[in-house]
Amino acid sequence: MLRKVAYLLPVLVFAALAAYFALGLRPDRDPHLLPSALIDKPSPDFTLPELNGDGKLSLAGLHGQVVVVNFFASWCVPCRVEHPLLMRLAEQEHIALYGIAYKDNVQDTRRILTQLGDPYRSIGVDRDGRTGFDYGVYGVPETYVIDKNGRIRKRFVGPLAADAVNNELLPLLQELNKS
Amino acid sequence: MIVELGHFALILAFCVAVCQAIVPLLGAWRRHYGWMSVGRSAALVQFPLVAFAMAALMYAYIVSDFSVINVIQNSHTDKPLLYKITGVWGNHEGSMLLWVFMLALCGGAVALFSGNLPPALQARVLSVQGMIGVGFLAFILLTSNPFLRAVMPPENGNGLNPILQDPGLAFHPPFLYLGYVGFSVSFAFAVAALIDGRVDAAWARWVRPWALASWCALTVGIAMGSWWAYYTLGWGGWWFWDPVENASFMPWLAGTALIHSAIVVEKRDALKSWTILLAIITFSLSLVGTFLVRSGVLTSVHAFAVDPSRGMFILLLLVASIGGSLTLYAVRAPSLQSGGLFAPVSREGALVLNNLLLATGAATVLLGTLYPLFIDVIGGDKLTVGPPFFNKTFVPLMVPVLAAVAAGPLLAWKRGDLLGALQRLWLAFAAAILVAVAGLYLTSGGPVLAILGLGLAAWTALGALVEWAERIKLFRVKPGDSWKRAVHLPRAAHGMTLAHLGLAISVAGIAATAFEREQLSVVRIGDSIQLAEFTVTLDKVERQPGPNFVADDATVTVRRNGVIEAVMHPQRRFFELQQQTTTETAIRTSLLADLYIALGEPDQNGGWTIRAYWKPLISWIWFGALVMAFGGMVSLSDRRWRVGVAARARMNAKLQAAAGD
Amino acid sequence: MKRFAAALLLALSFAGGASAVEPTERLSDPALESRARAISQGLRCLVCQNESIDESGADLAHDVRVLLRERIAAGDSDDKATAFIVSRYGDFVLLNPPVKPATYVLWFGPPALLVIAMGGLILGRRRRAAAQEVPLSADERQALARLMQESEQ
Repeated sequence: MLRKVAYLLPVLVFAALAAYFALGLRPDRDPHLLPSALIDKPSPDFTLPELNGDGKLSLAGLHGQVVVVNFFASWCVPCRVEHPLLMRLAEQEHIALYGIAYKDNVQDTRRILTQLGDPYRSIGVDRDGRTGFDYGVYGVPETYVIDKNGRIRKRFVGPLAADAVNNELLPLLQELNKS
Repeated sequence: MIVELGHFALILAFCVAVCQAIVPLLGAWRRHYGWMSVGRSAALVQFPLVAFAMAALMYAYIVSDFSVINVIQNSHTDKPLLYKITGVWGNHEGSMLLWVFMLALCGGAVALFSGNLPPALQARVLSVQGMIGVGFLAFILLTSNPFLRAVMPPENGNGLNPILQDPGLAFHPPFLYLGYVGFSVSFAFAVAALIDGRVDAAWARWVRPWALASWCALTVGIAMGSWWAYYTLGWGGWWFWDPVENASFMPWLAGTALIHSAIVVEKRDALKSWTILLAIITFSLSLVGTFLVRSGVLTSVHAFAVDPSRGMFILLLLVASIGGSLTLYAVRAPSLQSGGLFAPVSREGALVLNNLLLATGAATVLLGTLYPLFIDVIGGDKLTVGPPFFNKTFVPLMVPVLAAVAAGPLLAWKRGDLLGALQRLWLAFAAAILVAVAGLYLTSGGPVLAILGLGLAAWTALGALVEWAERIKLFRVKPGDSWKRAVHLPRAAHGMTLAHLGLAISVAGIAATAFEREQLSVVRIGDSIQLAEFTVTLDKVERQPGPNFVADDATVTVRRNGVIEAVMHPQRRFFELQQQTTTETAIRTSLLADLYIALGEPDQNGGWTIRAYWKPLISWIWFGALVMAFGGMVSLSDRRWRVGVAARARMNAKLQAAAGD
Repeated sequence: MKRFAAALLLALSFAGGASAVEPTERLSDPALESRARAISQGLRCLVCQNESIDESGADLAHDVRVLLRERIAAGDSDDKATAFIVSRYGDFVLLNPPVKPATYVLWFGPPALLVIAMGGLILGRRRRAAAQEVPLSADERQALARLMQESEQ
């Protein structure tokens, strides 16, 4: 009896393997996307010069409100894909959207925002990418949701899509704003 | 027109494959010889059809027919002719066509060279080959057709990734695929034997040359891929435990186990169901590799364009072929009679140990490769399984393998004398100690593990030589008699010695990587850097035009004690079309060490980044692999494969009859 | 081989260009530098997949190399400097997966497999030996020896 079972073992192992492969093929799974190591942790501190004006954009200055922080750059093509959506979020949904210009030249950032419109309440200049590094940014665009207590609640990697905004981002913001 | 003909030939090949899959199987079942022989004819027709399809696609590349989507995506008029041809398999669709081409080649070869097979076995083998052909031809025609036309042909194509514009692309994939797909023959033999319900020494004798030939091709293919990485990457890495590399390494490990366990079936009629399982597993691992590379479930540095529908299709092919064959195995294998008994210390015992360790090794590589996917699918954290994991788990498994390689062949069948074998290996042991001590002394107590590796390599090499010397009674009889013995020794015995020597050579090369020296500096024209005992001087950097790139060509002079040792020309090539830079390293290979120089970026002050390496014994890694493959081929040329097979099998049967009761 | 192809597939932008560790990044103290090299060989470059930051030419790998060397130069221990990177990018950056419940199967699977397979072999042998052990008669043994000799020639 045991012998018979032993001969069944290979096909059973393969069945398990095939099941995993099938799960791995789900279209919504992208092996390139990484979760943030900072979810539900205090968001890293930063103080960056503002793009427009002489002020500073700092984490402390954002305390007490639910904010969306978007890392972007003028050299980043996918950022242009999500740009119209950001404009809509800022103008129609009135979310507190802040930008961080990641490893970008100030003139270039200004030029692109003049061309496409500026959806951000304020923009910090992260010239050397240090703040991006602290947040675990591994490519732009990336978008973080930070709650009233300064904790990171969610990260979106890559250009925001309408689906993700309607099904994930907006409900999350609503919930965070209530509490 | 030719493109359409190629497409048509591929469709015809599919129809023929359907025939090849069904008719001979029915024939073998109904004992109808006419139907059985359809298998041969179909296999012989299928090969020219697929070859024509391949040639048609190649033609479209050579004439830069930009009405074909595949050519647009991967070619350009400025590309040198060699890369127009090899670019055919530098992409997903074309490489699948190469895959099927190799399959048809193997099917044709089986049809041609297996006339002495019992007709029913041959019919079943060809039928199984036909089934695999049906699956993969359907995959190409339905999801990855390279013959699709574009609606609006553009002026020119997108070109080929510059990294692939290398002679390596001409040889690495064909050998690799010949190896992968070649194991489909042993797979087909295994399935046929399961349907038949009979596995004997004759079966092993038929299947082993096919497994051996595929193993040789795979060995060469992997070695070439590794060497290609070595000279293109600009810092000399040659193995990364990347999922795609592992995908080729796992069938190699299983195939290595297979060619060893088949010996036991052949000589001793034991390990039958295990050998059948190994034959299935080896080809299954090739298929799993194909799935991993092309489905996008894993991230890898070698990426084909990813399309989930293709992944689903291949997964279904896996379920049909692997699931089907393993189910058949579960049903039929228990009834296979297990043959001769043997003591744990015996030739068979050593081969079982070899199989146990190689199979565990293959399983370890599989586990490490797939673990990130498992964790991800069950919703755990993302994690990475990189080289340190494989170094800690896989490498220790190979240490006893190497230790046993020397002793195994000295043990007798059935019941061996380990102490006696070890006594005869005193020379190998002394050599190993000597190498280790010399290594420790020369590096003043340097990396201990690497020195142990070198000692192990010496042990394996000397062990193989001692065994060979014993067979020809070297130094114990007159040299002339030894020579006569060597001439009469079966080629398979020479082959084994060579293959084991090759393994030792590769191991020495791998171990010696721990001793490499690196010199990384920004160097101005005329300045020098010191690397080991060499002085490396950057003489000049010139801009040179290439066919589809512009090169910065550096002239570097290497001196030892003031004497010029070599003048080398590392380059940086800039490909305008792709806006991509590649490094062409300059390598001076000698038996003892490679000098490896790569040209990096220029700085603002007229300096150039130079990466210079001194890599002792590194070329032994690939040379050893070639020796291994050569040993396999010597063994393949053994005339016992061809003549006297039947007589031999009869004698084995008699032997077993005597030993059995 | 196609080492950069994977990066091209991502819907993200990366800056890139140079290749592997650059002379300008290095620390002047060779002891510190060799520690930094060793650590960076164990850290994965996030954007190039399966390459260590020491081997990678990606911009992000360069940044991480530089920041890692800053920590080393500031006197961090190896573990502390590694933790500095891991706290930002997660365990994912470690090419050597840490031993924790989620990786027990990974780390202990291969040795366990070897032990189980050996156990199975020994068990199977015992059973088969018990079932089949019938000693050869003197005649049989002689016939066998003769046949073996023939087959060896």
